[in-house]
Amino acid sequence: MSSLLSIEGLSIEAGGQTLVSDVSFSVASGERLGLIGESGSGKSLTALAAIGLLPEGLRAGGSVLLGGKQVVGARDRDLVPLRGTTVATVFQEPLTALDPLMKIGRQVAEAVRRRARRDGQPSDETTITREVLDLLDQVALPQPERIAKSWPHEISGGQRQRAAIAMALACRPELLIADEPTTALDVTTQAEILDLLGRLVRERNMALLFISHDLPVVANAVDRVVVLRHGRIVEQGPVGTVFQQPSHDYTQSLVAAARSFDNALEIAP
Amino acid sequence: MTDTSLIVASSEGRTRRSWAFTAGAVIVGLHLIIGLLTLVWTPYDPAAMSGGRLETPSFAHWAGTDRLGRDLFTLIMIGSRIALVVGTGAVIIGAAIGITIGLIAAFASKTLDDVLAAGLDILIAFPTLLLAMLIVASSDGASLWTAIVAIGIANSAIVARLTRILAKRVLRMDYITASRISGTSWLGVVAIHILPNVWPTLLVNLALQFGLAVIAEASLSYLGLGAPPPNASWGRLLQEAQGTVYTAPFGAIAPGIALVLLVIGINLLADGLRDIADPTRRRRR
Repeated sequence: MSSLLSIEGLSIEAGGQTLVSDVSFSVASGERLGLIGESGSGKSLTALAAIGLLPEGLRAGGSVLLGGKQVVGARDRDLVPLRGTTVATVFQEPLTALDPLMKIGRQVAEAVRRRARRDGQPSDETTITREVLDLLDQVALPQPERIAKSWPHEISGGQRQRAAIAMALACRPELLIADEPTTALDVTTQAEILDLLGRLVRERNMALLFISHDLPVVANAVDRVVVLRHGRIVEQGPVGTVFQQPSHDYTQSLVAAARSFDNALEIAP
Repeated sequence: MTDTSLIVASSEGRTRRSWAFTAGAVIVGLHLIIGLLTLVWTPYDPAAMSGGRLETPSFAHWAGTDRLGRDLFTLIMIGSRIALVVGTGAVIIGAAIGITIGLIAAFASKTLDDVLAAGLDILIAFPTLLLAMLIVASSDGASLWTAIVAIGIANSAIVARLTRILAKRVLRMDYITASRISGTSWLGVVAIHILPNVWPTLLVNLALQFGLAVIAEASLSYLGLGAPPPNASWGRLLQEAQGTVYTAPFGAIAPGIALVLLVIGINLLADGLRDIADPTRRRRR
């Protein structure tokens, strides 16, 4: 298996302050990797650096190879063809992940059309519409025709997140980056979205980079985890090993916290 | 699902707003029809002495006559056309320059953005009228075009600042990043996401700018810096009536009413426009 994303000694600095340092990990094609850490541990920044979309004022150092191309220091224009073909993203907040002034169908259609042009496939209106409805159906949205004609504010948070996933899938990426995709959702919806992501990743043989602070969520969604704290990797390995025999103090405290929370729930009537 | 009372409240608010829109559309539409009509027909020859001097309103002269005996209603009708031409021209120029600069500032590096933002703030702090006077004074002489260009440039600073702020807010949204990740170029992002999201607020602001442009033109004409005679601008009619305002007050009141009516109409229209431009404020079907 070749590495789809390979990060070596990544560091991110903002005005002399180091936010992320010496982060190295790789994602092979078809592999599911979890990136865990508390708020501000640099997990989202690492993901943004991986696709060369760091906010202005932040500088990345080290090496990020995405689909075999160097991302750190590359010009934006050179990265445009990489995005979409190699990687797509699902964000935390489904409300801001969709353009409020564009109907769902059109938003997904934009992504489908870009993909079709890129691959030199027919991009006429009927083909696109058929694929949009097909995608909405794949992310298990009820009544795709109705959803396609809705504005983002007219559907629920879970439905919006499904629509955002459909947009990401429209690009047919090899790697899907999910940045806390379930944090803004209630527990039931969260489980549904996780199932959906798991199923889609398997069916399409995509690699998944799953970012979350929620241990149980990550445990079910990925094969391997990387634990970040204060911008440094404290532990990485297969999900079973890390969670059952955590070697680092921080991971141990994370696991213990999650366990005690679980126990509290079981004791509660 | 949405709370029922919320739907009721918003639909009530909507009825009120669409009433405003209708009233605004009627008033502005009336001015538009009158303005177009003057191109082919006016009740009297605007330059001819069609009645006695300073006559009060009568059936023959709806708004009376001025101190040269010209029909005031004819002149006010022509004033409508001038006001609309200046308003439209100034808004188009202001929007073209303002939106371009605003978008450049929103995308620019921090240094360029700071320079542009400071420049815009200085330009806004400068009184519109003074700026317009400078531009008129530095050109060959006052004409309808110098007035339009001057007011347009003065307006563009406000449009630019608003566009910059709105565009920056939209740029921070996840859907921009998502769109960039899926491979949209920056120009594509502007066309697909930024302009549509900025548009509802900008449209309302442009409509208000239209009203301000009409007032600015009247002020310039009042000062003798607007369209020169024989263009009967409302501002010039007001200025001409000033000397006789105690003996024949209607000469000042009539163009004043026309001016106020148009500006109110535009403001009502602006209020209603937002609902049409912004789907999140439209009623659920």
